[in-house]
Amino acid sequence: MSRQTVEFAVTAAERLNESLNAFLQIDREGAVKRAEETEKNRDQRVLAGVPVAVKDNICVRGMQASCGSHILGDYHPPYNATVIERLVNAGAVIIGKTNCDEFAMGSSNENSAFGPVRNPWETTRVPGGSSGGSAAAVAAGIVPVALGSDTGGSVRQPAALCGVLGLKPTYGRNSRYGLVAFASSLDQIGIFAREVKDVARVLGVIAGPDPRDSTTADVPVPDYAATLDGNLKGVRIGFPASLFGKGLDEEVGRAVKDVVDVYRELGAEIVEVELPNAGYAIAVYYIIATAEASSNLARFDGVRYGFRAEETPELRQMYRKTREEGFGPEVKRRIMLGTYVLSAGYYDAYYRKAQQVRTLIKNDFLNAFKNCDAIITPTTPTPAFALGEKVDDPLAMYLNDIYTVTANLAGIPGLSVPCGLSSERLPIGFQLLGPYWSEPTLLKLSHGFLKVQPFTERPPVSA
Amino acid sequence: MPINEIDIAKVAQLAHLELGEAELKTFGSQITEIVNYVEQLNELDTANVEPAIGGLTPEGGKTDSSRADEIAGSLGQKEALAEAPDPASGHFRVPKVL
Repeated sequence: MSRQTVEFAVTAAERLNESLNAFLQIDREGAVKRAEETEKNRDQRVLAGVPVAVKDNICVRGMQASCGSHILGDYHPPYNATVIERLVNAGAVIIGKTNCDEFAMGSSNENSAFGPVRNPWETTRVPGGSSGGSAAAVAAGIVPVALGSDTGGSVRQPAALCGVLGLKPTYGRNSRYGLVAFASSLDQIGIFAREVKDVARVLGVIAGPDPRDSTTADVPVPDYAATLDGNLKGVRIGFPASLFGKGLDEEVGRAVKDVVDVYRELGAEIVEVELPNAGYAIAVYYIIATAEASSNLARFDGVRYGFRAEETPELRQMYRKTREEGFGPEVKRRIMLGTYVLSAGYYDAYYRKAQQVRTLIKNDFLNAFKNCDAIITPTTPTPAFALGEKVDDPLAMYLNDIYTVTANLAGIPGLSVPCGLSSERLPIGFQLLGPYWSEPTLLKLSHGFLKVQPFTERPPVSA
Repeated sequence: MPINEIDIAKVAQLAHLELGEAELKTFGSQITEIVNYVEQLNELDTANVEPAIGGLTPEGGKTDSSRADEIAGSLGQKEALAEAPDPASGHFRVPKVL
């Protein structure tokens, strides 16, 4: 059985890659071999024989980790990320590495050095980003589960645009060891799936402290699947009316308000909440994320691994030329912006100020969660937009993340859930945000909703 | 604080990026636009607000991440050099420094 499942996934990945460009590497030989072992050993582990796709910025031993960048190219890390170690120990079969925006910087996947991923619902549209390949692979039915990384919405936004579930866990819920760092205080590895129970199962496997990541927390890992009881009576859901105004597509707004009505009918209590500083989140995010990125990406210098520019007789020139030729425009833009906001004389005006407003945003959530168990918002302002539509306007692109960045700034978990199709048959998602460690509540709420309003439509490009 | 093209060239130098004239010009205007956008934070009075430090939860902040100082296995020279663009005799070779 497991060999059949894995072969189906690998074959679908290969066949659909021409139209989707979701995979940068497909490991047919390795995956089939592991599936055969699973069968032979009658493996009973929790994820035995489950095919999983992994974003190309997470290290898997024996596979490439390009991060969607020429500067890493065909870099092959000599070790597994902790989450990969745990998945493999639970029996999962990694079938390949998925395409993404370069170093996870982007909201459309158009920043990949290896060409954009296409949305399986409409291949002239973006799949979202930065984990677009993982989202597309799950949406197209290639794999039941995929991993991505979420720094400002890079799991939840593509999940919404592709019509699948996407979870960003609490900061410190799982280890970042082996995830190529973009913005260390915001990065978190997340999960894509079509079924809530699969999100629950995979989270149970990858969550927990790791001595190799000092920001992981020693907080007990509950049995997430046990919380999916469908009983939503008395759960209090916060509704931030101010986030349903300007800039939000009318169809998306209506769809999410309909979800609120469903929750009310299921016995949940809807309470008004205020997030007064949410409007400043994008500004805060693009200072903090770029500052951290400029520092993290300093390691790509052509010395120890990856690409090195040719004909550079002098060291400093080698650094500059390597980075100029190796990085794409969005990465350079963010390194530049981050370098600027951290440069002498500007640190207080930008970085310190942003960290102060980050405190205000965090406090907004702490206050709101005094009166509710979770908050509902749209995941994205619009359904999937057209490829090329926003490439020349970085600021317009950044505003796609308006609903998702707050969770990364505050460190709280967020889950995007599919709730229908637009008139153009493009998926719409809503987002649930909860207090620290409230993944059980978010999973329970999504499960309760999908039980009465299941998302059963399949995209035209499908396995 | 408006940012001009002279700043951009200096920032590129600090970031170890050898940008061409066209790139300097495009980035100059795009980064100016983004910087103008983030200036909206100045509307907020944050005089008495502590800056956030990282994304840590209170529980994460309390988690003890120290460990015993014991010798453990490591990659070893061969594997550590396997991905280097120009390894030589067990070292990373770089162009001349001076």
